[in-house]
Amino acid sequence: MNFKDDFSMLNKDLVYLDNGATTFKPSCVIEAMNDYYENYTANAHRGDYDISLKVDIAYEGVRDKVQQFINARHREEIIFTSGATEALNMIVSGFFEHVLEPGDEVIISEAEHASNVLPWFRLANKKGIVIKYVPLDEHLHVTLDAIRKTVSPRTKVIALAEITNVVGDVRPIKDICAYAHSRDIFVVCDGSQSVPHKVTDVQDNDVDFLAFSAHKMCGPTGVGVLYGRMELLEELEPVNFGGGMNESFDNENAIFLKELPARLEAGTPNIAGVIGLGAAIDYLIKVGLDNIYYHEITLKKYLVEKLATIKHIDIINEECDSGILAFNVDGIFPQDVAIYLSKYNVCVRAGNHCAKILKKSVGVRNTIRISLYFYNTKEEIDCLVELLKDRDKIMKEMI
Amino acid sequence: MDANLKREIMLDNYQNPANRGKPVDENYISVNSNNSSCIDNIDLWVLIKDDVIHDIKFMGEACAISTASTSIMTKELIGKSLDDVKKIIENFYNMIEEREYEKELFSEAIVFDEIYKQANRKTCATLPYKGILDAIKIYENNKKA
Repeated sequence: MNFKDDFSMLNKDLVYLDNGATTFKPSCVIEAMNDYYENYTANAHRGDYDISLKVDIAYEGVRDKVQQFINARHREEIIFTSGATEALNMIVSGFFEHVLEPGDEVIISEAEHASNVLPWFRLANKKGIVIKYVPLDEHLHVTLDAIRKTVSPRTKVIALAEITNVVGDVRPIKDICAYAHSRDIFVVCDGSQSVPHKVTDVQDNDVDFLAFSAHKMCGPTGVGVLYGRMELLEELEPVNFGGGMNESFDNENAIFLKELPARLEAGTPNIAGVIGLGAAIDYLIKVGLDNIYYHEITLKKYLVEKLATIKHIDIINEECDSGILAFNVDGIFPQDVAIYLSKYNVCVRAGNHCAKILKKSVGVRNTIRISLYFYNTKEEIDCLVELLKDRDKIMKEMI
Repeated sequence: MDANLKREIMLDNYQNPANRGKPVDENYISVNSNNSSCIDNIDLWVLIKDDVIHDIKFMGEACAISTASTSIMTKELIGKSLDDVKKIIENFYNMIEEREYEKELFSEAIVFDEIYKQANRKTCATLPYKGILDAIKIYENNKKA
């Protein structure tokens, strides 16, 4: 496939290697959203007129697409949110805040993104739950064995990203779920970096909750998905109350809520965004999730081989099966490297990648991160590597 | 000043920063200065006695511009009265924001006179000055108390 025909952003003389932050959008996604705005703007779940019905069909059709995309049992298990962050906050505030007791333990890792850390911190401060960190192995990976050793009789939740945004390791979520469920422990999965890159099957891996964002999978910003097993979502208390989620209310303060999924989608949803997500899913299916994953791994291997020959480059996470690579240039602050690369239109991320507590384990607070997607090419890697070869050149040109 | 010379001065201050280190003396006022928009993070220790900055030390992880700016700033501010320091800082901000400023107040700090051309690095250059202003505030509040 020639992706340049599909993405106008791929024709801007940029080498974009920050797909962990967000991804480019193919024209079919932009057109689908424009089509809604230009040809059938109306609210969803409202009118009795034709274009409103068309909106309903489009919006609810995406729910079916997402259901199939992650192989959920029921379409009602798919809740549209503003992104993974909102989804994770809903899971913690709407479900676990009511289920957990003081002293109950939640296991996370030091490599988690802030959105899978801070909601739990809040709950720890508010309810006295205890946060435990599963130790990372020498490659900074989470293993089932380490999970087993961290679990105690008080453990109630394991909350992990399937793929971390800094280290890029793929966690054995299916095995973790099997073990956790044998001990009545819930598993919350942050799918932000995994759902866009590999096949996700929530029936096969058996996670209890899953969160992901559309913009990291060729979709628009401002929309994401909360998946939860039906019987758990039934217990999830809405965080937002308002239109579209109530059956009726009276002046005695009584509220009668709608069934799932409407109950958890108060207010006018991001209709255009959801429609864009649907187009993005169609596009990813056309490219093929297996092809996407294979391409990223192959390209990552190529990148590692090339970078390994450069003496002044320290690779932080050579051993991982995803398209994420973190490294540092010896003696140069990562941000300076990123600014140097930016002068050649190469976009990389420098920083702690929202995983501020990882420092303890890695020993460095900040890194340069490359995160690949299916539209990246060997030529782009060659360009990056060429720019990194000469340390003196970086020093000279970074300011 | 020639662009290459500016770069050399910045690089020299980045690679061999002046006044880097953590003092043991407890009379130093300690402040942390960081940028919410990037990853620069600098700890400053400032020794102020009788309204004069006697010493500044710093540690932290920061980019070349921030580190160089901190190194240069320490050299320029140590030994100055708080009134002079405030004037220098005000003029430094003016320079960074492309406003009128008094050139003769600076020696090496003049290397940042064109940093406004890289908008995303303006906060890197001003980061340590923000810290010194915080330290002065703490000193003045302590004096009042």
